[in-house]
Amino acid sequence: MSLSQQPRRGAELQITGIGRDFGANTVLRGVDLRVAAGECVAIIGRSGCGKSTLLRLLAGLDRPTRGRIMLGTGEAPASARIMFQEPRLLPWARVVDNVEVGVPVSEATARRRSRALELLAEVGLADRANEWPGILSGGQRQRVALARALASRPELLLLDEPLGALDALTRIEMQRLLERIWLHQGFTAVLVTHDVGEALALADRVVLIDRGAIALDLRVDLPRPRRRDRPELGALEERILERLFDGADAGGIDAAA
Amino acid sequence: MTASTSSALPVEAQHHDIAERRDVPAWLEELRRWLIDAGIGWLLPIGLLAGWEAAAQLGLLPETILPAPSAVFLAAWALILKGELFVHIGVSGARALAGFVVGGLIGFGLGLANGLSAHSRKLTDTTLQMIRNVPHLALVPLVIIWFGIDEGAKLFLVALGVFFPIYVNTLLGILTVDPQLIEMGRAYGMSNATLFRRVLLPGALPSIFVGLRYGLGIMWLTLIVAETIAASSGLGYMAMQAREFLLVDVVVLAILIYALLGKLADSVARALERRCLQWHPSFRQG
Ligand SMILES: Nc1ncnc2c1ncn2[C@@H]1O[C@H](COP(=O)(O)OP(=O)(O)OP(=O)(O)O)[C@@H](O)[C@H]1O
Ligand SMILES: [Mg+2]
Repeated sequence: MSLSQQPRRGAELQITGIGRDFGANTVLRGVDLRVAAGECVAIIGRSGCGKSTLLRLLAGLDRPTRGRIMLGTGEAPASARIMFQEPRLLPWARVVDNVEVGVPVSEATARRRSRALELLAEVGLADRANEWPGILSGGQRQRVALARALASRPELLLLDEPLGALDALTRIEMQRLLERIWLHQGFTAVLVTHDVGEALALADRVVLIDRGAIALDLRVDLPRPRRRDRPELGALEERILERLFDGADAGGIDAAA
Repeated sequence: MTASTSSALPVEAQHHDIAERRDVPAWLEELRRWLIDAGIGWLLPIGLLAGWEAAAQLGLLPETILPAPSAVFLAAWALILKGELFVHIGVSGARALAGFVVGGLIGFGLGLANGLSAHSRKLTDTTLQMIRNVPHLALVPLVIIWFGIDEGAKLFLVALGVFFPIYVNTLLGILTVDPQLIEMGRAYGMSNATLFRRVLLPGALPSIFVGLRYGLGIMWLTLIVAETIAASSGLGYMAMQAREFLLVDVVVLAILIYALLGKLADSVARALERRCLQWHPSFRQG
């Protein structure tokens, strides 16, 4: 499993007063969040509360209306990678070429290829390197996307419901893979998810976004790998759901957990 | 990397076992399948030809209306011996190709420019769409006034006819590339050139091929009309000459050659398409 050499530590992420308006619609009011280097934070919240918007801001795909994002020492999130809800693989490029998209262009051609193959092996798809993405299953495609996201050894990995479209079994398998790679590589991770169970299984902290701001910031101090039947997890899930539905009643919006 | 070779090998070995057990060489099996595939398409034309020949031999088809295929074949042979046939084919082929290259390249270029740049699109697309609504063959009289019956006339008409399908489909292809993939490319730090080469162009390619094959059809159609109306060489000219001397067999011959050349061009385009779009589910083989 020591395929990628000298794993890099993650970068600290500091968000101060981040806001984003779309016209008159204020989606994010003011979000303050500090994620320690190498920490995994899960973000949950009702559909449409601005989770993807926040992640796109962190990835640099969108500019905040106000507030500041600091990654590591620099202002620009240069070493961040985002993994989308859809695999977004290039259908006309072989699996290995798709992973190569994530390898920095500064590396030599031969080095890029071997790096891509290394990562495919890491996600358990070494033998599919020369296939077209179109013939892979949904879970396999998402694993290729994960390999692509990790190819540049990002200091911050942003995951926007990457497992949302997968069936329950594949989901658990992918969660284990994610956890293993994260433990091994030590990057900082921000995981957006709809699934409270998933958040509690993977994250060091669970953050709830409600009405444009952080409504709950919960530390999950349980040893890994976490068994799903631990009573502490049930209690935490109860607290989060309660807060979610509270928000729904107060805001008069349909709850979705 | 070692995992890839060790787990790929047993699969290939299995395939070999199956092929050998049946005692048929793989290439023979391939040939047989190809013959069946290609053969089915030719069954109907050959049947029609046989029926036509039989009808002519039985005197059901007067020679002055439709000569027998054998008569057409003999006419072709005579023209080959006189050295005329291939000259005409060559002249028509060169015209078709030249017009296609000129019109195709301009259409492709403008399609790309307008697909990639909203400014360019705003500036030119409306005009182009307006011109598109004029059937280009309506310009024949004007073109004859401008160019006479020179090569310029044919080149202009063919290029104009080929331009639009290629332009429209290239533009459409670029505009309909999945925006999520473009966003992914940007998020992964692709430069504009890389984004074009790895995302936009391959994404537009299926549509560009539709334009290419459509353009090839228009190319022959335009050339036939142009050569029939105003030319002093080429297949259309050969057919019009033959009509004046009531050589129906040569007229039919010209029509058949057009059909064969059209089919040839389409086959080449299809083969190219299959090669370039291997990744596409519609073109995936095996
Ligand atoms: N580009 C945009 N222009 C206008 N409004 C937008 C844009 N992007 C997002 N929004 C709005 O911002 C709000 C939050 O969207 P966002 O996609 O961040 O929600 P989400 O929390 O990710 O929801 P889900 O869980 O369903 O993915 C929505 O009301 C959406 O309509
Ligand atoms: Mg979202």
